[in-house]
Amino acid sequence: MKSFEYVRASGIADAQDTAGRIIAGGTNLIDLMKHQIETPPRLVDVTRLDMTEIEQSAHSLRIGALVTNSDLAAHDTVRRDYPVLSRALLAGASGQLRNKATTGGNLLQRTRCPYFYDTTQPCNKRVPGSGCPAKEGINRILAVLGTSPHCIATHPSDMAVAMRALDARVEIESPNRGTEMLTLDEMYVLPGDDPSKETVLEAGDLITAVHLPQPPKGKQTYRKVRDRSSYAFALVSVAGIVDVEDGKITEAALAFGGLAPRPWRDGTVEDVLVGEAPSDALFDKAADVLLQDAQGFGENDFKIPLARRTLKAVLAELTGVTQ
Amino acid sequence: MQITLTVNGAAREVDIDPRTTLLDVMRHHLDLTGSKKGCDHGQCGACTMLVNGRRINGCLSLAVMHDGDEITTIEGLGDPGNLSPLQAAFVRNDGYQCGYCTPGQIMSAKGMYDEFNKGWPSHVSDDLTAEPNFTTAEIKERMSGNLCRCSAYPGICKAIEESAEEEGLTKRKAAE
Repeated sequence: MKSFEYVRASGIADAQDTAGRIIAGGTNLIDLMKHQIETPPRLVDVTRLDMTEIEQSAHSLRIGALVTNSDLAAHDTVRRDYPVLSRALLAGASGQLRNKATTGGNLLQRTRCPYFYDTTQPCNKRVPGSGCPAKEGINRILAVLGTSPHCIATHPSDMAVAMRALDARVEIESPNRGTEMLTLDEMYVLPGDDPSKETVLEAGDLITAVHLPQPPKGKQTYRKVRDRSSYAFALVSVAGIVDVEDGKITEAALAFGGLAPRPWRDGTVEDVLVGEAPSDALFDKAADVLLQDAQGFGENDFKIPLARRTLKAVLAELTGVTQ
Repeated sequence: MQITLTVNGAAREVDIDPRTTLLDVMRHHLDLTGSKKGCDHGQCGACTMLVNGRRINGCLSLAVMHDGDEITTIEGLGDPGNLSPLQAAFVRNDGYQCGYCTPGQIMSAKGMYDEFNKGWPSHVSDDLTAEPNFTTAEIKERMSGNLCRCSAYPGICKAIEESAEEEGLTKRKAAE
């Protein structure tokens, strides 16, 4: 690990350090620093800041950025009203990691693409302009949606997929722009020409909380498909929230993990479903829309049929249709 | 940097480079070599220790961030000749072959008992809002952050099941 200056923030102003890299749980950043993928000259420890509360109001649940993944998954309100979030958190990482990992840090964790992690290899995300060997190389875990010619990495979070389905907004304190509330689609950027840029956050910006709107109507579930039954990243995951009334789907929110560089949500998939009676044929139509632009790179071709099956299984579970 | 940690009940002052992990503080600065360095990247769980009562990976924790915290390592549980119930159960049930993952397994199980007592659900809990059952399936899921390459898992599970109450599990809530 390269040496760095350590600073302990005692207020938000300390954390808004444009020359510093913020650390909270550290479960991803310390790993990246050991590999010298990240070599921050200054590390700003925000763990003593007052951002550990979950506050409920009439209109939202405000989750402090330092709430650990364990505490969030076990929170009574989350278990009762936002089970998709609890389920997604519990499907991620290990007991030890969930005890350290924080809400803000989970959102900002970086891809586990093998080329990003191997500093002897080119990677446009790590060294812009060096190339992307993943497209013709080891890409089993990589993306089939939202990629660019320069990067096919996936976002690894489970939590963020559930938050995307729940229409979460991220509260950001920026030294330049003040307080901002961004949806996950507004916060994460697709790789495009510069995969090294993963969010719209700028140096000095601090995530202070995540806000969930009132609990949605209908049933919620999180289905994760992976190489082993616990402690593995998603190959495909689906966060689903669907309400059925009088035999018709009245509301649907679907977000996908393991498929794209950010938690993936496509409103046109939901549009196929809303207003219709649930059926196997309808679910196939929704999968057609989701995957119409999907592109595999060899090893990860299987994700396209796997995403279809996982989506259909989730929709069947949430609507009671037997497949 | 000068920091103070309470390690197994005793205040310990150490002067460390900010890069030093909690695991390395224990092993290199305090001669507490019970916590093991397996992968050093948070994948194997051999470095598991309790920080303020919660299990974490010592290898992914910078010690400077834990100034003032209470740490419990395997050395805090028992001594040769005076084993804790869980340590004795690992011996009795062949909960290891090479033994390298054992301290991490035991510390992780200690943390897990407490998580059960708090009623935390897991990925395999059918009902998120109910008290979890202390079943083998729950133990396996909750212990998945600890790898044993000798594959002593049946003995590990048996030891954890057998000594649960002696180690403080208060909520078994049998399914039957």
